[in-house]
Amino acid sequence: MSYLEIDRLSVRLRGGGPLLRQVSLTVAAGEVRGLVGESGAGKSMIGKAVLGILPRSTEITAGRIVLDGVDLLTLPPAERRRRIGATCALIPQDPLTALNPSRRIGPQITDRLVDILGWPRVRAEARARELLAEVYIPDPERVMRSYPHELSGGMRQRILIASAFAAEPKLIVADEPTTALDVTVQKQILKLIKEMQERHGTALLFVTHDLGVVSKVCQSLSVLYAGLVVEDCAVRDFFRAPGHAYSAALLAATPKYTDAVASLTPVPDTVIAAVRAEVAAADRRMSHG
Amino acid sequence: MADLYDVRGLRLSLADMTRKPLFGAAPRLEILKGLDFTIPQGAVMGIVGGSGSGKSTLGRVLVRLLEPSGGSVRFDGVDITHLDEAALRPLRRRFQMIFQDPMSSLNPRHRVGTLIAEPLKLHGFDDVAGRVARALDHVGLPAGFAARYPHELSGGQRQRVGIARAIALEPDFILADEIVSGLDVSSQAQVLNLLEGLVRELGLTLAFISHDLSVIRRLCSRVMVLHHGVIVEDRATADLFDSPQAAYTRELLDAIPLPDPDQVWA
Repeated sequence: MSYLEIDRLSVRLRGGGPLLRQVSLTVAAGEVRGLVGESGAGKSMIGKAVLGILPRSTEITAGRIVLDGVDLLTLPPAERRRRIGATCALIPQDPLTALNPSRRIGPQITDRLVDILGWPRVRAEARARELLAEVYIPDPERVMRSYPHELSGGMRQRILIASAFAAEPKLIVADEPTTALDVTVQKQILKLIKEMQERHGTALLFVTHDLGVVSKVCQSLSVLYAGLVVEDCAVRDFFRAPGHAYSAALLAATPKYTDAVASLTPVPDTVIAAVRAEVAAADRRMSHG
Repeated sequence: MADLYDVRGLRLSLADMTRKPLFGAAPRLEILKGLDFTIPQGAVMGIVGGSGSGKSTLGRVLVRLLEPSGGSVRFDGVDITHLDEAALRPLRRRFQMIFQDPMSSLNPRHRVGTLIAEPLKLHGFDDVAGRVARALDHVGLPAGFAARYPHELSGGQRQRVGIARAIALEPDFILADEIVSGLDVSSQAQVLNLLEGLVRELGLTLAFISHDLSVIRRLCSRVMVLHHGVIVEDRATADLFDSPQAAYTRELLDAIPLPDPDQVWA
């Protein structure tokens, strides 16, 4: 049984064109689904729709977002927010902008537990210390009293991971969580996310543009082009034989340091034309109901 | 072949303003700790390292946006280590730079044609319009793009404008600092293929700064690995990838997630 089911979700710019075109996907408890595509393909948009944080300039025009058996889009806003707040969390891309620079780390982790879940502060603080230790932060006591600028990028991302897991969420959206980090730090952080996700049995929606990262972290994969899911498959199948010409072209354009003279092939114009035709066909289907 | 750059004992330190006492001078922070290397004419030199390794700082010293605090930098036989602005001006045309983020390095109020023409006028070139047209053609952009503004272009197209602006001046050397890290893989492949062609066609020497060893392998003939301001390895690309010598190089290579689910990534 899927924990999250997105069914023919369409989102558009208010008074403008479509951003997501009848997107369907599922994430089971304990599963990691990757969302890949080029910039502007709508991969972050899906995560935002699930968390109810779409920009005001956009609107959901059709579809269902079913979380744990309940269609979020049919709930009154307050109830929807309460439900998402209690069961979902986000690991954002940039750990510096996601943390308030003028507040210490401790309260930034505990506030959510105290204000939204109504935990006593003492219990929230104990939980924060426990989590910081779990993400391998030495001396959690000191870190909780630190300000974000006193910590490195990798440290800050660890804190946000700890914070995301604090309330034992059932679903986490990770939006390019390692794009701003060094490769060596990226490796530590990816391993940490994976380890935490497995230990807590969390469903994870992992947004990334890096197919290398997908192959290390995800079990299933949705490939997006212009808000359309062009391929939905198991990660192993994808790397063995991509099921769509566009996916294959993306893979061919990805450089590998192990290939000595592999010349990189940009996505060919014919492939772009074909996938654009699919997008146009999807739009015709949508307008005919 | 002759060396275009000959760098000896290069040191650079900057004032560490985060640790400056209320009164008195800030302590010096050593960024580059005595680098020795050469860049041969026609080479494509990859410069890699983690954040804070000093790779961008080194690049900025090569094009003398920063002045070294020790050692020497010779460009085509001329000692440029401590040259002043006036003496540098005629040389500046010969070493150009392409920046990471074209959105912030291209003036949003100027059209592409003007952006490429300005440096040409500054350096007193004739036939500016013809040179702009040829530069656009070189980077595979239609001539009509001269009338567009940067925001009307895609990321890959903007980066081509950055390249056109650099090559229009017919430089000997180009410094490219993380120029594909903000691009999608497809545009990245296009820009890399373009650069490779231009280096061959125009006989350029290129220093390519990147944190991505996969991109470096694709493009560079030689690779320098920086770690905490020290060169830990400087070898031909094939040798470096076949048998990395420095522990840090191996660590960098091992950390790269290959698009392959069977890769052992321990």
